[in-house]
Amino acid sequence: MISRSQQTWAFFYRDWQLTRAYWSWVVVFTFYAIVTSATVALIGVAANDPQLTLTLTIGVLLWSFLSVLFNEISMSIAFERWEGTLEYTFMAPVPRRIHLLGISLYAVTYALFRVVCVLGGLVLMIDLPWEWSQLPGVLLVLAVSSVAFVGLGLMAAILPVMSPERGAEATNILQGVLLLVSGVYYPVEVLPEWIQPLAWLSPATYALRASRQLLGLEGNGPATWSGILPELSALVLLGVILVPLGLWMFGRAENWAKRNGKLKRTG
Amino acid sequence: MAQPAATIGRPSLEVSVVAVSIRVSNVKKVFRKGGGLARRKVTEQWALQGVSFDVRTCESYALLGPKGSGKSTLIRILATLLLHDEGAVEIEGLRLPEHEAEVREIVGRVSVDAAFYKKMSAKENLLYSAFMYGHRARSAESRAREILGELGFPANRFNDPLEEMSRGMQQKIAITRALLINPPVLLLDEPTTGLDPASKRDVQRFLERVRKQHGTTILLTSHDMGEAERLCERIGLLAEGRLVAEGTADELRRKANAENLDDVFITLTGERLVDEEKDAAGVRS
Repeated sequence: MISRSQQTWAFFYRDWQLTRAYWSWVVVFTFYAIVTSATVALIGVAANDPQLTLTLTIGVLLWSFLSVLFNEISMSIAFERWEGTLEYTFMAPVPRRIHLLGISLYAVTYALFRVVCVLGGLVLMIDLPWEWSQLPGVLLVLAVSSVAFVGLGLMAAILPVMSPERGAEATNILQGVLLLVSGVYYPVEVLPEWIQPLAWLSPATYALRASRQLLGLEGNGPATWSGILPELSALVLLGVILVPLGLWMFGRAENWAKRNGKLKRTG
Repeated sequence: MAQPAATIGRPSLEVSVVAVSIRVSNVKKVFRKGGGLARRKVTEQWALQGVSFDVRTCESYALLGPKGSGKSTLIRILATLLLHDEGAVEIEGLRLPEHEAEVREIVGRVSVDAAFYKKMSAKENLLYSAFMYGHRARSAESRAREILGELGFPANRFNDPLEEMSRGMQQKIAITRALLINPPVLLLDEPTTGLDPASKRDVQRFLERVRKQHGTTILLTSHDMGEAERLCERIGLLAEGRLVAEGTADELRRKANAENLDDVFITLTGERLVDEEKDAAGVRS
């Protein structure tokens, strides 16, 4: 019986080694993330509006975490295509759920690292007007929303499986839509009415609302745990739906790719 | 460096020599292109048009054919990376695709391009592969070093990134990766194509040893006739997705009345095409 924990570790180990190997790119992307986040948060400082500064800061931090998480999972297949190792991964006796679990665990770890760096950078540049005691609550929201975002990432990861040429680019469209509709930098109510229903399908919408409520940016003062229960419930529900759905869709896409010879190396 | 007999191949060699390890029966595969929203016309390209052959347990079997003859398609089907449209495929009695999970545990594969994470070292790439098959780091590393030693890979390059290695060295690591998992069945898709003569010789010698000492069933695809004759007991000739002839090298030479396997292939596939042309001409006249 093959050890599933050892197989899960295989993908965590590989992604860690790749991060080490491409460390200069990690530095560049992290620096860029810090700079773009500070640029957005400083809009609130320039307006001399602590509430706006905090709203934007929460937006950049959560988006920094969720976008990296989504990107790492959705692009994992594209990376394997570029390296040429996709066939070897897919012919190994690893259940797809274990393969994707290993990738997701590393993605969560890497996304956490990135958000800590961004937070550190912001603290150096901006006097953040928030209660640090609320940080554990925000971290809990991040943890709960991670599951739903893993599900979305799995669904997006089928695109590079199905289209070696254009799949990777298509994941960026999905990520862009999430950024647009989730109210990262503005309330979703300012979106055109016909787009607004999409906001309620995005886990980021609930994660941002819950975090902002905890920090007292929405409603009257900082919310209690029971106050954000609807958002947490929505995140749990989305996770319960999206992860199995993502795994199912990935399995269908893999079967389709095996029928049409799409697992071959490209690039 | 001597290799423990039990580390590669079958746990026991007490296997009936007539047992079939790989069975391919009337396998067909067609690739369809087009048919999307923009392109309505669907074009079909037949990669395999009813291929049948058996590879006996502990046997080495070569599939020879030019580019586009269907060799790699067949290897991909056996490696569970491609689904066939018709026919039956069994490995060690396990039918594909129904038993692909079990088949993946017993099949190793080396392809023509040594596909690795080029920034990672040989050690890191091999450990990653070993972990996927549930092996522990320490035992996997020691086995990897053993196999690489047998292949003539310099031990001091074990921690170097793959991108700094020659193609010959990368292919030796690819063979090590396939053998690390202790496979009873080894699929070799043009493993020595593009290698320098010394690396080619190292690889061929090692594969001969693996076959003789450990009873691994080997299916080799190649367009190197000499390599096929040296490494394999039987040879199948594949052309345009069809198996046009099969037998030992001597049998094929006799059948084609030719002195070497290059001539055998040209004669056998050429005669078939000529015959078809003659038949067609006969019908017309």
